[in-house]
Amino acid sequence: MINELSRRRFLSQTGLGVSAAWVSAHWPEMVSAATHARQAVQSGAVYKFEFFTPAEAVEIDALSARIIPSDDTPGAREAGVLYFIDRALVTFASSDQQKCRDGLTQLQTVVQEKFPGVEKFSAATTEQQDEILRTMDTNQKEPTIGRLQESSQKFFEALRVATISGFLIDPEVGLGNRGGVGWKLIGREPAHSFEPPFGYYDQDYPGWQPAPKMADKE
Amino acid sequence: MKVEQPKYKTSDEVDFVIIGSGAAGGILAKELSTNGFRVVVLEQGPYLTEADYTHNEIKVLGEDLLTNHPKLQPTTFRKTPQDKAKEQRALVYGRTVGGTSVHFTANFWRFHEIDFIERSKVGAIPGANLVDWPIRYADLEPYYTKVDWEIGVSGLAGASPFDPPRSKPYPMPPLPVKSSGVIFERAARKLGWHPFPAPMAILSQPRPGRSACMNCGFCLSFGCEVGAKSSSLVAAIRVAERTGRCEIRPDSYVHRIETDARGRTIGAAYFDKDKNTHLQKAKAVIVCANGAETPRLLLMSANKQFPNGLANNSSGVVGKNLMLNSGAISLGLFDHPLNDYKGFAVSRLLHDFYELDAQKVGFYGGGGLDARFDMTPIGFAMNGLPLDTPKWGSAFKRTLAENFTRTMEVFSHATSLAREDNSFSLDPELKDAWGLPALRLTYKDHPDDLKLAKWLNDRALELLDAAGAKKKWSYPIVEQEFAVHLLGTCRMGTDPKTSVINTDHRTHDVKNLFLCDGSSFVTSGRGQPTMTIEALAFRAADRITALAKSGEIGA
Repeated sequence: MINELSRRRFLSQTGLGVSAAWVSAHWPEMVSAATHARQAVQSGAVYKFEFFTPAEAVEIDALSARIIPSDDTPGAREAGVLYFIDRALVTFASSDQQKCRDGLTQLQTVVQEKFPGVEKFSAATTEQQDEILRTMDTNQKEPTIGRLQESSQKFFEALRVATISGFLIDPEVGLGNRGGVGWKLIGREPAHSFEPPFGYYDQDYPGWQPAPKMADKE
Repeated sequence: MKVEQPKYKTSDEVDFVIIGSGAAGGILAKELSTNGFRVVVLEQGPYLTEADYTHNEIKVLGEDLLTNHPKLQPTTFRKTPQDKAKEQRALVYGRTVGGTSVHFTANFWRFHEIDFIERSKVGAIPGANLVDWPIRYADLEPYYTKVDWEIGVSGLAGASPFDPPRSKPYPMPPLPVKSSGVIFERAARKLGWHPFPAPMAILSQPRPGRSACMNCGFCLSFGCEVGAKSSSLVAAIRVAERTGRCEIRPDSYVHRIETDARGRTIGAAYFDKDKNTHLQKAKAVIVCANGAETPRLLLMSANKQFPNGLANNSSGVVGKNLMLNSGAISLGLFDHPLNDYKGFAVSRLLHDFYELDAQKVGFYGGGGLDARFDMTPIGFAMNGLPLDTPKWGSAFKRTLAENFTRTMEVFSHATSLAREDNSFSLDPELKDAWGLPALRLTYKDHPDDLKLAKWLNDRALELLDAAGAKKKWSYPIVEQEFAVHLLGTCRMGTDPKTSVINTDHRTHDVKNLFLCDGSSFVTSGRGQPTMTIEALAFRAADRITALAKSGEIGA
């Protein structure tokens, strides 16, 4: 049955954060957001944002690039996550528009408070950016600063989930991230039919042998 | 590949209306139509087939393509009857022709002898409603064998020393072993335990009209495009349709079972796709709507004669004694790629702890452990990483890249004790999109269930140690608030004061009303109920056929 998945949905609702519940609630509309992201990145044309102002887009881009950075492998930027989120906020996550704007405003307050002289998140060094995100992430050990409201913590969690979803959404159905970079990163082959051996540990399996001897029953 | 079916008029009094086309309803439809009866199956979900199934995670998981929709059919939850229920997603079940058997994992464990006689063996348990079944393993054995052969189960007879006796081997060999299965088998043997190839309702060899498993990796939560997974659609409903006597009527949401002045059912009232209501007349009604929707329908069918709900006058236990199966999940990380995302979920399991000695461990219960991997990429990024992994940044990305192919799970499946307070009932305020009372889940695990989950999980961690996992961790074991296995809510019994149906699956209170699904269970088994739901359905079909042929049902 579906129990494993659903238990996990349940567990994530109670024990491990709100992520899976959020994904589950918003998943349908992610399809169009993912398509959008792919088209936007692939077209190479100047992109017109549907929700973000150009200034906001720069901040979101900088944020998602710290959640899944581009290093020796592609990250959120190469997968077109920014466009995925922009689309999300005018479709399935449109009820989060205010939360997003508030979150961005609070973010700037945090930036200026922690690093006087730094004007905005995108202008900070990556070390400074990571430090700012740590203060926003409720699941980190560091205490959050007093003025940071629950809404901005939720903002960060929603942004994290959206970034991961835009990065790992299934490319096989033709809606996914650019070039399937997310699946390549995690080693998920795109095929839909496989033959054993599947992995390292079953390659030298000699076939089923009965146990040598029955031990005492528990 | 739909088959031409008869079209009955709602005013035609057919022999049987079956409500629900899942594991039980599909088999009853097959058996009764094969036996010559005219059958209408009312299924609330759409008629989706292999052509409609997809590997698109978004449609399947996010849009609830195959399952009940939380917005159309919202639900509420509370821990005890003293609490006020809050709206939250409280359960999931299949809502398409074939029901939950379309998207399940397909673990097909038989119950063992102990599951039927546990009360006699261990005695009363404080705070629990533990009783024996009125039938025994031997009564069901021929029907388990029927499930193996007619529905299609892969496995290896005699591989587990703890297996109950069986009259025939499996009809086909087990599915190939996965890396998680090899790791599990080697570690379990090191510990002196007895791993064996998992019995799965997935074809290891082709059957007419059905392909063998292609190991696509989209199994749990997804429908099988090649018919390898033995859903009731591919294995039973298609046979029923070929009799020419069975009509599958999808998009038909039954909201009331009607009765006459004598207290007999006359048929089922349902909404069609456009929310128009109809009454399908029938000589008898069989409800196979699952352990949540079956009691809900009985409670919604209350009338002057049955003020507490249909078939609920004598006992008052309709919806009560709910059991969800307790359990736990541990994960392990290994040096080399397992690539366990390929293939079906489970290839090895063990039953060494099926029957624990309560005197020794200090609590009631038992269960099994299996080796598996069943996560999609996004789900893995959310829930599959070690709990101390950063949730974003370079370290998160590195760990994600490293772990996806190198992680496996050890899943503990276990008993739940029935408690009268644990139930599905009608929410007094919340309504669904059709204006019907929403389902309200009330559930608090018996303390023994939680102790058992922890005990089994400790064995899972031991196993991962013995396997040489370079890292291991577990999800927290907490009280359940979400229902998947829906068991015990219209329990079978000989005493009309404490049970809802008799051993023929006939309700004690309404002569031509039968119930057969997870709600019929008396005990929960060890976490894999579908095999037993299907064996019960085969047996119920024999009993109901005998009653109908002897004129015991009609008139």
